[in-house]
Amino acid sequence: MNLEQDQAEQTIDEIVASLGDTVGETRVENPKMSATGVDVFYADKQAIYGVDLDIANNEVIAMIGPSGCGKSTLLRCLNRMNDTIPICRVTGELTLDGEDIYNKDTDPVLLRARVGMVFQKPNPFPKSIYENVAYGPRLHGLSRNKADLDDIVVTSLRKAGIYNEVKDRLDAPGTGLSGGQQQRLCIARTIACSPEVILMDEPCSALDPIATAKIEELIDELRENYAIAIVTHSMQQAARVSQRTAYFHLGKLVEVGDTDTIFTNPSHELTENYITGRFG
Amino acid sequence: MNQESQQPSSRGSATELVRAGLKRRYAREKRFRLYGLTAIFGSLAFLAVLIISITVRGLPAFQQTFIQLDVTLDAGTLGLTDNPDNAALLKANYNGVIKKALLASFPDVKKRNDKKALYKLMSKGAQYDLQRKLIADPELIGQSKTYWLPAGDDANGYMKGIVDTTLPEKKRRFKDNQIAWVETLKSEKRIAQRFNKTFFERGDSREPEMAGIRGALFGSILTLFVTLMLSFPVAVAAAIYLEEFAPKNKWTDLIEVNINNLAAVPSIVFGLLGLAVFINFFHLPRSAPLVGGLVLSLMTLPTIIISSRAALKSVPPSIRDAALGLGASRLQVVFHHVLPLALPGILTGTIIGMAQALGETAPLLMIGMVAFIVDVPTSLTDPATVLPVQIFQWADLPEKGFVERTSAAIMVLLAFLIAMNAFAVMLRRKFERKW
Repeated sequence: MNLEQDQAEQTIDEIVASLGDTVGETRVENPKMSATGVDVFYADKQAIYGVDLDIANNEVIAMIGPSGCGKSTLLRCLNRMNDTIPICRVTGELTLDGEDIYNKDTDPVLLRARVGMVFQKPNPFPKSIYENVAYGPRLHGLSRNKADLDDIVVTSLRKAGIYNEVKDRLDAPGTGLSGGQQQRLCIARTIACSPEVILMDEPCSALDPIATAKIEELIDELRENYAIAIVTHSMQQAARVSQRTAYFHLGKLVEVGDTDTIFTNPSHELTENYITGRFG
Repeated sequence: MNQESQQPSSRGSATELVRAGLKRRYAREKRFRLYGLTAIFGSLAFLAVLIISITVRGLPAFQQTFIQLDVTLDAGTLGLTDNPDNAALLKANYNGVIKKALLASFPDVKKRNDKKALYKLMSKGAQYDLQRKLIADPELIGQSKTYWLPAGDDANGYMKGIVDTTLPEKKRRFKDNQIAWVETLKSEKRIAQRFNKTFFERGDSREPEMAGIRGALFGSILTLFVTLMLSFPVAVAAAIYLEEFAPKNKWTDLIEVNINNLAAVPSIVFGLLGLAVFINFFHLPRSAPLVGGLVLSLMTLPTIIISSRAALKSVPPSIRDAALGLGASRLQVVFHHVLPLALPGILTGTIIGMAQALGETAPLLMIGMVAFIVDVPTSLTDPATVLPVQIFQWADLPEKGFVERTSAAIMVLLAFLIAMNAFAVMLRRKFERKW
């Protein structure tokens, strides 16, 4: 691994080294998920440098930083979505409830059932609203019969705050909804699998402010039951929905801490520059 | 327009320059559209000419001339004994009966040459019609019956007005006395054109009035059935593996290059391969739809694989992400989401591949499907021929009946093609409607 780093471009290495150690407390009590010394490579290019970070239960952690800083990459490591990219290589330790998720014995299918994901662009299946939500439970055999499944679908749609808007047209195509509704449908679809952690990769970047507000409200409600990690480009959004914030720069976790502290009194110069809009 | 050479010194002159160029831009656009329209109408016109000429030439083949004869089926002339068995019925002298009936209709004909000319009014196939009737019902022996029997090629041509009667007698096959007899029959209403059922009910024959398309049509159907059953699943499976599961390395690159090259290999090469491998090595029967289908599968596979891969590639990755993110396995992602969305594209590729296979002649010549086969094939190992090969064979023959049958066979081929494509388009619509 050291060999790899030596081969990487010197200038970037130097800059990364100059960033120093992460400022702030990376650890929490009773973490749901935990990253220790995580490096991620795309072929020879290193995308993430030795990140330590905990994700706590009943809490929203926001990951912010300029484009290409590795926040989405880290998020996709948390449910092994990066497995689909053949050139991607992850080292270090990532755990869920203390178990290594990159262990050979860990089944990515089971992992993804426990760690759900909501994507940047709303991506409902080209099926009916009902089928969209029922897909996950059916896949994992979570329902014993039709009534059970109906129940899961309705509950999930309710939790995602979209049930009242679609209850009369559950058979209508999910792709026919508006962008904000589609994203909430995707959240309902994720919830339907009863995950323990929900990862959100810029879930509001394709939505208008009203739809965004609805999703943010929803995230706040979901926090009661799930551990949530959200990647966002909007600092206002990070400030509104999260309890902790992590600032990434060039693949390095620069600073992490309580959202209030980060936004009012950042310790690292780069964090300050970024959140005050001077850079990034 | 010298303005273009001037330097745009202010915004005003830049606007001027744009305005000056506008006219030329629009003219170019108009010209381009005109080219496009000309191309489209040109090709439509050619298509129309093609279809009209084939239809005009082929339509007469759907009509066949029949002559009414009073036939006496006496055992003596037929050369039959009492209670004849099937073998005897097959060998009986039906020609004699027909000749007698003709002579009875025209008692004036005495000379040997005239008699010969008279006999030529009837098709050589007329005896087989009688044969079939008698085998179906041996009770007919000894009775007198009135039958409509097929006329010969020349009489048929004369009835359809193809024979040029203005030519001197020596220069035409259909002589004056024959014309007189046909005219007599016409006045007695004993010669008529009827719908040519034979064309759709029989296989090939040396006599145009006895030749039908059924053998080639069934050969084509059986061959394409084998082709579809082999190439569609194999090609789709290969495409799915290469696109969704295979690692990207130099081996898969090599395979991809080879598939692309195979799609461009001249089809006769596949015929040679089929001859060497399927017939000479595996000893599969010659001229069989099974071997034809195998060879055409080889040819169709690359086409379907390439289009299937393109269709799979065009499914948005967000759908894969969504399913994976919910905990679907890779196989489930493919079969629940990617494949249904790619199916319309895959079907399009399959239609193209099958249409190519339907029209293919060269590789089938190599494996003996060019043989003269009279029987309609009923199984995959029966000797058979296919529509394009049949057309190719008939186009070579000089008889007037075969000239019109060639065009008629092309019409059948086109109808088959259209039916096949319509079915595929219907299927595609069905899958597309699922959003």
